[in-house]
Parts: sequence; C-alpha cells; structure tokens
Amino acid sequence: MKEGPLKGVRLTEFTSAWAGPYATCLLGFLGAEIIKVESRVRLDHARTLSFSTGRQFAGPDESEVFDNLNLNKKSVTLNLKEPRAIDLAIKLAGVSDVVMENMRPGVMPRLGLGYEAIRETKPDLIYLSSSACGQKGPEKEYVGYAPTFAAMGGISWITGYEDWPPSNFMGAIDLRSATTAAASILAALVQKQRTGKGQYIDMASQESIAVLIGDVMLDYMMNQRIQTRRGNKDSRIAPHNCYRCSGEDKWISIAVATDREWEGLCRTMDRPDLIRDIRFAAPEERYKYQDELDRIISEWTRDKEGYELMASLQSAGVAAAPTLSSEGLFKDPHIRDRGVFLQVEHPVIGKDWVIAPPWRFSETPAQVNRHSPLLGEHNEYVFGELLGMSSVEIRRLEQEKVIY
Amino acid sequence: MLNPVRKALFSCFGRVHLDSRQHIFLKPGYHFTKITEDKAIPTSKKEDSTKELNERALYGVTVLEYCSMVSGPYCTKIMADLGAGVIKIEPPVDGDPARKMPPFPGDSPHPEKSGLFFYLNTNKQGITLDPETPEGKKIFLELVKTVDILVEDSPPGHMDKMGLGYKDLCTINKGLIVMSITPFGLTGPYRHYKGHALNISHVSGQAYLLPLISPHSDRPPVKAGGHTSDYDPGLVAMVAVLAALYRKGISGRGQHIDMSKQQALISMQRVESVTYANSGIVMTRTGNRTRMPGGILPCKDGHIVVITPEDHQWKALMTLMGNPEWSKEPWCRDMMARSRHAETINKLLTEWTTRHTKEEIFRKGQALSCPISPCQSAEDLINSEQLKTRGFFADVNHPILGPLKMPTSASRLSESPWRFERPAPLLGESNEEIYCERLGYGKEELEILKSKGVI
Repeated sequence: MKEGPLKGVRLTEFTSAWAGPYATCLLGFLGAEIIKVESRVRLDHARTLSFSTGRQFAGPDESEVFDNLNLNKKSVTLNLKEPRAIDLAIKLAGVSDVVMENMRPGVMPRLGLGYEAIRETKPDLIYLSSSACGQKGPEKEYVGYAPTFAAMGGISWITGYEDWPPSNFMGAIDLRSATTAAASILAALVQKQRTGKGQYIDMASQESIAVLIGDVMLDYMMNQRIQTRRGNKDSRIAPHNCYRCSGEDKWISIAVATDREWEGLCRTMDRPDLIRDIRFAAPEERYKYQDELDRIISEWTRDKEGYELMASLQSAGVAAAPTLSSEGLFKDPHIRDRGVFLQVEHPVIGKDWVIAPPWRFSETPAQVNRHSPLLGEHNEYVFGELLGMSSVEIRRLEQEKVIY
Repeated sequence: MLNPVRKALFSCFGRVHLDSRQHIFLKPGYHFTKITEDKAIPTSKKEDSTKELNERALYGVTVLEYCSMVSGPYCTKIMADLGAGVIKIEPPVDGDPARKMPPFPGDSPHPEKSGLFFYLNTNKQGITLDPETPEGKKIFLELVKTVDILVEDSPPGHMDKMGLGYKDLCTINKGLIVMSITPFGLTGPYRHYKGHALNISHVSGQAYLLPLISPHSDRPPVKAGGHTSDYDPGLVAMVAVLAALYRKGISGRGQHIDMSKQQALISMQRVESVTYANSGIVMTRTGNRTRMPGGILPCKDGHIVVITPEDHQWKALMTLMGNPEWSKEPWCRDMMARSRHAETINKLLTEWTTRHTKEEIFRKGQALSCPISPCQSAEDLINSEQLKTRGFFADVNHPILGPLKMPTSASRLSESPWRFERPAPLLGESNEEIYCERLGYGKEELEILKSKGVI
C-alpha cells in the first residue's frame, strides 16, 4: 500500500468531542500515527451520545459518531488523576512529534502536561491547544461547543432568513475548527522540518469561524454596516436562490452571474420573452427585480424534478444543483462515483459508513486504513512497544486504575 | 504586525519595498536546509534574515496562484500569512472578479477598493498574465519552474488543454505540487457542472439543515451565511497542500491533488452526512428528532445560544435561572427526558431569557461554566475585548484604501506570528518585480507584452 504524506509523524492527543478529534483524524488520514489518550473515568461524549440521531450508546465502543471522527487512530487509557498516569503521558509525549489538546485552558498545565512541562522532555515538540476562545484574554475560560463557537464567531448572525432569528449550527462548525487546527499543526511541522524547532500553537474555535467572515467584518470597518441574514440571496447577483421542486421537501439552488447564464436560464424555461424584458436586461436590473424573478422561477420549478432541472440547466451553462439531505447525498450518482461514502468493518458496530478524506493525492494517498480504536485497544502496543514497559507492569497499572 | 519603522514607511509612501522582505518573496525554490548559508544575503542583513527565517513557518516556500474569487485565493492567503511567497496571477485588464465584489467604502465599486479582494490577497504579490496566449503560456511555464506549489481552479481539463496540466508541468519541475480546486472534482458525472458557493452549500448537504431550528419546512433551506461555503474549501485544500509540502521535504517529489468543493463541505459535515446510510434517519432543519432544550433563544436585546449536553451544564443553567420550580419535574430529570420535552422546556427558558440582556446571560452563565453565548454580529466581534486582547485584528495600510483594521488568523503560532508584509496587490503591481527581476525580462519587453494583452 502507498504511504500517506505524513508517514513517520507521531501525534499524541488529549482531546474529546468533535473539534479536537477530527483535527488529528485529518492528520491520520494523511498517514500520521495518532495516539489518543482517553479514560474510562470520563468518556469522550462522542463515545456515548449522538447529537445527530439523539441516540445514547450503551458501551464505549458502539458509537458511529466516534468512529467517523477517530478513524485510523490508536487508543490508550490513562486516568490523569493518577500521578503515575501523568508520568506515562509525559513519556508518551516525549516520543511524539506533536501533542494536541482541547481541554479547558489551564487544565493541562495544572495536570503537569502543559507545553512548558513537556518541552523539558521533548524540546522540539509541537503543541497545539484548541479552546473555545483561546488561552488568554478575559473570556479564556469560557466553555463552548459548535453552536456557541458559531454564535461567537459571527456566522450564526448572518445565516438564516431576513425575517428570522440567527441560525443554530452543529458539527460543521467543530470540523472547521478542527481543519484549522490541522492546518496550523502542518505549518509547524513544515517549519520544524526546516529549523529543527518546535513551537506552541494557541488556537481559538471562535476565531476559526470569525476568519471565514473577513469580508463581512471589513464591511463594518469600511461602512459601519452590520450585515445580517439574507437567506439564499447574494449581495450582488440575481437570480440567486433556492426553489421548490416536485416531491417532499425537495429544492434546487440556481445562481446566475452573467448575461449568458441569464439567457441560458430563460431558454431552459422556454421564456425567450424574458431575455427581451427590459426589467431584466442587465445584472443590476435583475438584482433590483429579483423578487419578481424568484416568483417566475419558482412557478417554473415547482412541478419539476430537481435532478432533471439540474441536468437541463447545467447543459445550458447555468449553475444549478439540488439541495441534498443525508439520504440525497448517499444516493447521488456523482458522490458515489467519487467514493465519498466508505464502509469500514468495526468489531462492535459492524459495517459502518463513514466519509472518505476529501482529497485525492496522485502519489501519497490520504486514506482510511482502519476503524476507530476500541477504548484502550492499543495499551499493549503503546506502553509495551513504544515505552518499553513489561506486560506484567502494564497489567499491574491496569489493576491499579492508572492505565484505565 | 509591522514594526514601527516599517509602519512609518508604509504610512509615508504607501508602498515600500524592503530588501530583506523582497528576498523572502524572490527566493526561488523551497530549500529547507542551507538557507542560512545563502551567499546572496549580504552579511549585514544576514542576521535579520535568519530571524525572519525562524519566525515564518513557510519561509522560502513559493506558491503560484492561478485562481479567482474566494476558495483558491483563501487557500494561498493562509499560506502567505504563514510566510510563503505567493504570486497571484490575474487576467490582464479586468483582474480577479473578486475586485468587483463588495464591500467597497461608501458602496462605490472600484477595482482597488474591494474589501473582499483586500482580505483574501493581503501579503501576496500580484501579476497580470494570460496563459492562453502563446507568450503567456511560455511565461507561465517559466514561473512554474521557480515555484514549489501551484494552486489552480480552472474547469476540469482546461489546464490540460492549454498544455499546462500536471503531466506537462511535472516534467519541468518534478518537485511541483499542484492543487486543483473545482466545484465537483476532476472526475465523475458532474465534473463539468458549474457551482457557485450557493450551489455547493446546497448540494453538499449543509444547507438542507439550515436555518436551524425552523418550526416547519415550508420555506427553503438556506446556505451558510456570507462567502463561508467558498472559504471552507480553501481551508480544506490548504491542509492537503501543506501535507504534500511536508512530504516533498523528505522525498523531493511533488504531486497532483484533486479536491472538490462539494466533498470538502461534505467532509466537514461528516457525522450528519452518514445518518441516513447508517440509521435510515434523514435529519431536517426542524431539528425534531434530536432537539435538546436550548439552541438559539431570544433575549431582551438579541439572541443567545445555549447547549447543555452534560448534566452539570444543565444544572448550571438552572442555577443561573434561580432553580425554577418546573426544573424539579420528572421531565427535567435527565437529558433524554429533557429532549422529549424540549419544546415545553424551551418555552419556559424563553420566558426567562426574554427578560434578560444577552450580556447578562452570557457573563453570568459562563461564570457558572454553562456553555452559553450571545449571537454576535460583525460589530460585536470588532468591539470584543477578548479579540482585542488576543490581537485578532491588525492595523494595516493600503495605498488606495488607506488605513484599515483587518482580521488576522485563528491560530497564534509562537514561532510564526501573523505579520503584515504587504497590502493586497494593485492590479499588475508586481509585474516588474517578477518579470524583470525574477525572470530577467527587459522593461521594453514588458511594454510589448502589455500591448499584446499578454500581461
């Protein structure tokens, strides 16, 4: 099998939930060896609960949520309330290139696992702390999850209908924070490759969202304008909206940027008269009369099938695509062709669908090699092979609830 | 952040080209060793440049950007912020279409005043070039020879047709990394389909669940706000590019990476995306099945959001509300019970939240370790003490826009702090720097190329 680009990199993580684990999962897709430190004392809630389906899991190894966010990893159990567990954690960090944690700011240093402490053992360590609001500042201890990161980062405020409250967000917010963390770790790895030096990275989930609305903030800087929600509409082009199709809760998104696309849309609708309509003759005019256009287009789409509309509009050069649900994604022929859904065989869950890495590398593939680890599945390998402990010693620490 | 001397120079002359900085951008090729021994650096500047070397994660990395609008430029923007030398190629005359995109000061469009363009292209150099002309193609190839990375967003097959596909380029630069960002990827039945951020947001499944929570599904799903569905793929692409760069540091070899924007967005909603495949569940924007009490709630002066997946967090919320009588009812006992009665509970929560301000709820709730926060607007973010303390905004200067505050980065790298190196390029601003100084063209040749529409 071909190796991933990060083959040879080892990362130890002290993370839970979604934003931490997916950051290292990405690096695991890319070939890094990821060792997850967790404990029975307080299970990662991704092992116990699905926010998506509302399901609670009876045991720690039954969660498809955890599986999807922790693919390719190894798991060890350490009860960090035990000083001997802390010693082992430091040793483990000492044989790693990278440590990542997403505990509340201050917790890792209190445990003796802060950057400064571990750096004594491993001077060239890369250490990333991911938190809601960052490691310094008046709000550093504030806690959060995806919905609060979204609200604090400004994306809730601008998502939704004009006449509607801001939007709640779920997992995709955590995973944006995770992707930002992975990118930062990679930058540090590249720097270390050149300089031989490690570093500390302080990453805030709030800011990982805020950077995605840079232009919205600049509108305020330039014009003191507070942009708010505008549904599916654009700030400049029209038609640009989502229209009902035949079937239950089926929709199609259509965006028209140029005159040529506008003509393509009119011809597909069999309305050449609209091309000559002076109300819609120029982009600015179409933007001005977009509500009227939306009415005309909705009237046309409502009894048509979304996929047929996509095919006819795309062949006329118009950007159009149906709104897909989780069912729609799973059944879509293009998504199937691209191999987006992958089935892994999990020893407890059985066959489990997960999402493949989002890139195709020509030389060093990003890939899913195995299911997520069972709780403590790799205690023997990590403590025995990597840290040189005897099986007897490992058993003893398990009994004494240090490796636990 | 600029040091005081540079800051002063910027404000005096608008644009200043400092030798040490130019060196960073002109350094051809990515050499992760030996840079300190480079003979080209005069001794007096050697110390400075060694310092710069150590302070920039992507020092010496050179990137060619052949992209427009948001995704590709955002991908290379993050690299430029980390110290890579990014050369942005724009079409002659009109430039990147992002130049026509708001915000503009006073809402007056001007090709050098787009806030979107400014944000996405700060710290880059900019040249104009039409690689579809024979001479343009030749120059493009010359440039490719000198860089580590090419990020491009042409429609699938277009680069190959021009003779600039990965297969052509890797023969002249075997270490080259090419990232192709397209709406649907380079393969598959929809590969030639067009997709704006609106379409990608809808066809990736993200829009289907928004706006959450909607009491009914009569109204259409909505896209994520602003340009976020275009920023996201840029970020996801950047992860792959850096991984390939790391690999190149070991093997010396480059490669081609195919990334679809659709897949980038699906991957960021991976947990929700598999619910049908694994459990036959189709989540909707009404959130009926999974609703936990809380979510977005109105308050006296706006909205707050609260989420309490752990019992102690729910208890903190109740403490904040003065432990109302109803909280002792059996349907508040545990999370499952509360989820079944989410609607009733939310009415009771709302009665309380509407009587308090968001600031009050936020501060007091967080003091009790309850995950709660206000829905913040751009104005709130800009005035946030937290963001100010963290140095999230930087004061920068642009020759035409003047002084501005801009957001920097979500990560504070101790050895590679965010730095303002140069404002977003004016159209063709770096033509002389790149064509004459880097590739050795004469100024007269430049004039001829310009008159022919090549640059």
